[in-house]
Amino acid sequence: MLLTIAKRLITVIPTLIGVVVVTFLLTRVLPGDPAVYFAGPAATPQSIAEIRKTLGLDRPLPDQFVRYVNDLAHGNFGNSLSTGQPVATEISSRLPASAELTIFGLLLSIAVAVPLGILAAVRQGSWIDHLCRMVATAGVSLPVFFTGLLLVYVFYFRLGWSPAPIGRLDAFATAPRDLTGFYLIDSLLTGDIATFRAAFGQLILPAFTLGIFSLAPIARMTRASMLAVLASDFVRTARASGLSSRTVILTYAFRNAMLPVVTTLGMVFSFLLGANVLVEKVFAWPGIGSYAVEALLQSDFAPVQGFVLTMAVLYVALNLIIDILYGVIDPRVRLEA
Amino acid sequence: MTDASTIVPPATDAQPKRPDDSIFRHARHIAAENPLTGLSFVLFAIIAFCALVGPYVVPFDPLASNTSETLQSPSLRHLFGTDLLGRDIFSRVIAATRLDFVIALASVALVFLIGGFAGIAAGYFGGWTDRIVGRISDTIMAFPLFVLAMGIVAALGNTVTNIVIATAIINFPLYVRVARAEANVRRNAGFVQAARLSGNGELRILLAHILPNIMPIMMVQVSLTMGYAILNAAGLSFIGLGVKPPTPEWGIMVAEGATNIISGEWWVAFFPGAALMIAVFCFNLLGDGLRDLVDPQRRT
Repeated sequence: MLLTIAKRLITVIPTLIGVVVVTFLLTRVLPGDPAVYFAGPAATPQSIAEIRKTLGLDRPLPDQFVRYVNDLAHGNFGNSLSTGQPVATEISSRLPASAELTIFGLLLSIAVAVPLGILAAVRQGSWIDHLCRMVATAGVSLPVFFTGLLLVYVFYFRLGWSPAPIGRLDAFATAPRDLTGFYLIDSLLTGDIATFRAAFGQLILPAFTLGIFSLAPIARMTRASMLAVLASDFVRTARASGLSSRTVILTYAFRNAMLPVVTTLGMVFSFLLGANVLVEKVFAWPGIGSYAVEALLQSDFAPVQGFVLTMAVLYVALNLIIDILYGVIDPRVRLEA
Repeated sequence: MTDASTIVPPATDAQPKRPDDSIFRHARHIAAENPLTGLSFVLFAIIAFCALVGPYVVPFDPLASNTSETLQSPSLRHLFGTDLLGRDIFSRVIAATRLDFVIALASVALVFLIGGFAGIAAGYFGGWTDRIVGRISDTIMAFPLFVLAMGIVAALGNTVTNIVIATAIINFPLYVRVARAEANVRRNAGFVQAARLSGNGELRILLAHILPNIMPIMMVQVSLTMGYAILNAAGLSFIGLGVKPPTPEWGIMVAEGATNIISGEWWVAFFPGAALMIAVFCFNLLGDGLRDLVDPQRRT
């Protein structure tokens, strides 16, 4: 098992190198001079040349790359042009907000999509199958920022059930003591039920918006893989042995059907991390996505670069975890390796 | 990262040639079994119509503001209401169809050419070509795709052309994967060997013999990614990239209406958002329908 993990870890290295090279190239090779960006609109040719020198942009490309990697290795993502703050600290302080939102959204969507997919497969051709198909097609067609705004209109403006979409907590509440950075967990750990409720109230709509978005691929995959497993010989044998259909479906079929679903989670994460940016913008969520969007609009490239790199590394790590998880669930994968 | 779509179906070329009318019977069968596919053809016709002549037939100038009629709710005069500057939202939504459609079409055409060719070459030649194309593809896939698109637009500069390029780049791996798999199963097919024996060059075999054979499957891919391309472009302009106001474009119109949602003027964001949703929905259904038609084994 350890050997499998080690082997998988090695395959991550070229991917990571690729990611770093791409984020580096994004600023250095493509048209658009970073020195002009950094110098601002009122720059003279001299000041641009000076900035180019201090940034090391006058050196050959491989030199610059070594410098860049060296900076990254020391946790230096550069400084934001507009705030002057180091990008690394900004990102690490905002990351928990994004993580809390994404994880909660994913859990919500798994909680709905998996039962829906199973029911659709078990009762193939019934109304619930059609519902699943409709949800799956509608889910991928919905622009996530649009669903978010609709939910805000219905649940905030019309029904008044949810608080205003202004971030993780409203203006009157205080943030819980920083333990994990996840407000829900921190407030529970410190026993602060009022804050927990406030944070939960703020989180539920954006998380739901993200959930709707990732619902479709999970439900679709669950249905397809349940159908395949239900048609297999071992399920027929289990049925023929007189096991109750509940045991057959949940114990025999479900466990095997989950394997391809776990694999799709990789793709789901790709969607989720991207959709996260849009949801954060709609709900003024103080995560790394909204940080990057603000920086983008001011042509402040260092935060964007840091953001793209962080997201890519996170995504690579998530895929790695999914693969390892797959090996844990499915002993056959371990044997092959 | 494998999903159902990576499973390579056996090459369908070997099937006996069917009579010409059977394709229509097959199409009718699919339309009957899934009426949504029929609906998607109708929707597509409407969208194409709006994109072609929309800007000339709308009742109001999509850019003209009218301070005496700001933020009016939908009425007979203004079917979709008016926005903060008193512009007619119906006219703007219809006029925006062309830009969104063109962005999506251009990016899909670009990736179809580049990704399709890279994929066929990778599948046909194998070896180093395959390794290089595969490595590029893997590197793109290592990023969450929308995030990469943001980064590309930020680096290349904030223009519509760059949105097209970014959208094409993030779709590259999908096209490579399909084209590669399809070319790979045909690299030693009888007709390819025959072509080689008759003295055709490799490039000619690639373009004149293999490409036409994988065209149907590539077209399915085109229509499946059109929806995603529109969604992606609208998402980018929603966060303020690419399209500049006051240009009518669905994503940016939803962004403009976002502030009005909280004070109850739902129509400003609703109609452009709904148009976007319908367009994406249409292309997804169309893609599913076409796939059922071309490649029934891949239905899920």
